[in-house]
Amino acid sequence: MLKNYLKITITVMRRRKMFTFITLFGISMTLSILIVLTAFYEHLFSTNYPEIHRDRSLYATVLEEVESESGGMRRGPMSISYINKYLKTLKTPEKVAFASIPNTVNTYGNGKKLKLFFKYSDPVFWEIMGFEFLEGKAFTQREIDNNESVAIINDQTRDDYFGKGLPALGKTIEINGQNLRVIGVVRGCPITRMVVAADVYLPYHLQKRDPNNQDMNGSYYAIVLARSEADLPAIQREYFEIVPRIPLQTYGEFKPDRLNANLSTYFDSLVQDTFFRTGEGSARTRFYIFISLFALLFMSLPAINLVNINISRILERSSEIGIRKAFGASSWTLVAQFVIENVLLTLFGGLVAILLSAGFLWWFNQSGLIDYADLTINWTVVLVALVLSLVFGLMSGVYPAWRMSRLPAVEALKG
Amino acid sequence: MIQLTSIEKVYRTDTVETLALNNISLHIDKGEFLSIMGPSGCGKSTLLNIMGLLDEPTTGQLSIGHQEIKQFNDRTISRFRNQKIGFIFQSYHLINDLPVLDNVELPLLYRNVSGKERRRLAAEALEKVGLSNRMQHYPSQLSGGQKQRVAIARAIVGQPEIILADEPTGNLDSTMGNEIMEILEQLNRADQTTIVMVTHDENMARRTHRLVRLFDGSLVSSNTFVN
Repeated sequence: MLKNYLKITITVMRRRKMFTFITLFGISMTLSILIVLTAFYEHLFSTNYPEIHRDRSLYATVLEEVESESGGMRRGPMSISYINKYLKTLKTPEKVAFASIPNTVNTYGNGKKLKLFFKYSDPVFWEIMGFEFLEGKAFTQREIDNNESVAIINDQTRDDYFGKGLPALGKTIEINGQNLRVIGVVRGCPITRMVVAADVYLPYHLQKRDPNNQDMNGSYYAIVLARSEADLPAIQREYFEIVPRIPLQTYGEFKPDRLNANLSTYFDSLVQDTFFRTGEGSARTRFYIFISLFALLFMSLPAINLVNINISRILERSSEIGIRKAFGASSWTLVAQFVIENVLLTLFGGLVAILLSAGFLWWFNQSGLIDYADLTINWTVVLVALVLSLVFGLMSGVYPAWRMSRLPAVEALKG
Repeated sequence: MIQLTSIEKVYRTDTVETLALNNISLHIDKGEFLSIMGPSGCGKSTLLNIMGLLDEPTTGQLSIGHQEIKQFNDRTISRFRNQKIGFIFQSYHLINDLPVLDNVELPLLYRNVSGKERRRLAAEALEKVGLSNRMQHYPSQLSGGQKQRVAIARAIVGQPEIILADEPTGNLDSTMGNEIMEILEQLNRADQTTIVMVTHDENMARRTHRLVRLFDGSLVSSNTFVN
C-alpha cells in the first residue's frame, strides 16, 4: 500500500511540476531558514571551541553604578581590582579567570599592514579555556611575576605576520609599540565567541593602565568556572549576597547609591545585554517566547498556503477519489493516502532543506565572513527539521484530505 | 442476488425537485446477465449507481445477496463494494498516474493482499482480457478498446459476484465493442458472474439474458431472451 502511495506521490510530483516546485520551494526555504537560524543559535550559545566548559561557567560582564536621585548611571565591564576583590574571593567556584574586552591595533608584519584584535588575560583564563596549542604553551603566573613581554597568537596571525606555515615560537611581534616574544600559537576561534576571541593574547601585566586602576569599572570580563553545572545557582547566590554590601565610589558630582552586577550563564549574559537589558524577569524565557512566536508565525504562512494549494490539487483528483471509492477505499483510507502523500512530499522538502542548509553553511564557513566560522548541522537540528516537516505535512494535508474524502463516490466520479 | 424494492431517487435543489427513479422494483438472479436500456436521462446510470452502492436511494430498499444495505456505514459499504462488486465505466475511469498493472491491482490494494500476490492476480486478469503485454504501459498509451479491457481486468481481479457495467461499449467501434461483449459473456458463462449492463445498443442488449427498459425514471418493460 505504502509503495503504491509513494509511486502516486512521485508521479504527481513529476506531472504537476509547478505545484511541486511551489510546494517544495515553500517547505524547503522555510525549513532551510529555520535550520540555518538554529545553526547560528548553536554557534552563538552552545558549548563550542575553545569554551569547552561553557555549560558550567558563569560570566560577569557588566557593572552598573546607579545614582537614583538623578537617574545617572555608569555601566561597563569591570576592573581587575574589582574582580580580584569580589569575584576571585568567592568560595564556591572552582576557578575564576578574567580577560579584557578586545582592543584593536595596527601593526606591520611580512610586509603588510595588519589590523589585529588583542586581549589581556590572567593565567587562569588558559586553564579554563580549551585552546588547542599548535606551538608552545600558555603563559603562567611566572611570566607575570617576572614582568616578561610575551604573547600568544592565533594561527591566522602567525601566517599573516611571519609567513604562511612558518614557525613563530620565540620570534618577536610588535603590538602597541611593545616587542613581545611569542610563546604560543593557538588555533583561532570565530569572533562571535566574544569573551575569548582575539588574534593576540597578552598577560594582563602588560596593560599600562588597568592593573593599578582602583575604580570598579574597567575593561575586563570575569569567567567563573563551577565544579559542576549544579553549583551555578550557589555561586550566583554567594556573589549576589556580596554585591549589595560593596562600598560604592563617588566620581566628582556623580554619587551612585546602588550597584547592579551580573553573573549569568553565557546565554543569559549575552541575551540580557543585547535584547532585554533593563527588563524584569528571565531573559531566557522572554527570548524563547519571542523566538517560538517568530518560528510559529514563520511556519504557519507556508502551511496555510499549502492547505490552499492542496485543496485545489486534491480537487483536480476527484475522479481518482471516485475510482478508489468505487473499488473499496473507505473515507479514512483516502484521508490516510492523501496525508501520507503530503507527508512524503514535505519530508522530501525537509531533505531538500537539509541539503540546502548544509550547502549554505558550508559556503558561509568558507566565505571568510566570520573567520574560523564553524557552523554545522547537528543531528538535533536534522531531527527538528524532520519533525517540522512532518508537522507541515500533517498541517497542510489533513484538512483538504478529510474534505475530499467526504465527497460522495458518484459525485467524485463525475470529476 | 440483487433485490430492489420501491426504489425512488429524488434530486433536490433550492427551487427544483427532480424524480430520477420512480418506484423501481426489480429482482436480478445470481448468474443473470441483465441489460438496461432507455433514452438519455431516464435514470439508467442512477439505477446502476444505486445497485453499486455509489449512490443512495431516497426511499426504497436494496438487498444484495440477502443483505439489506440500509444500515451499512461508510467502512462496511466500502468493504462490501470491494468484495462483491466490480465496475466498468463508459469512460474507463483508469488512474492515469499509475501503470496498467497498478490500475488492475487497485481492488486488491484495499484487501490487504500481499504485493506479490496482487501482481500475480493482476497479471492473470490482464491475461484473461488479452493485455498481458501492456502491463507497464500507462493508460494514456492505450487505445479505447485496450483501456476498456484494462477496466474489465480491474473489475474481475477480485472475483466479485456482480459486475456493473455502465455503457462499456459506448465509446468503442463495433469491432472493439464486440470483443468487450465477448469477454463479458465469457465471464458470465464461465464464472457465473452476475452482470448488469447499461447500454444504448439494442444488439448488445439482445445478447444478454434479459432486457429492462426505463422511461422517465420508471421501469416500463422487461424482455427475456433465449441465448
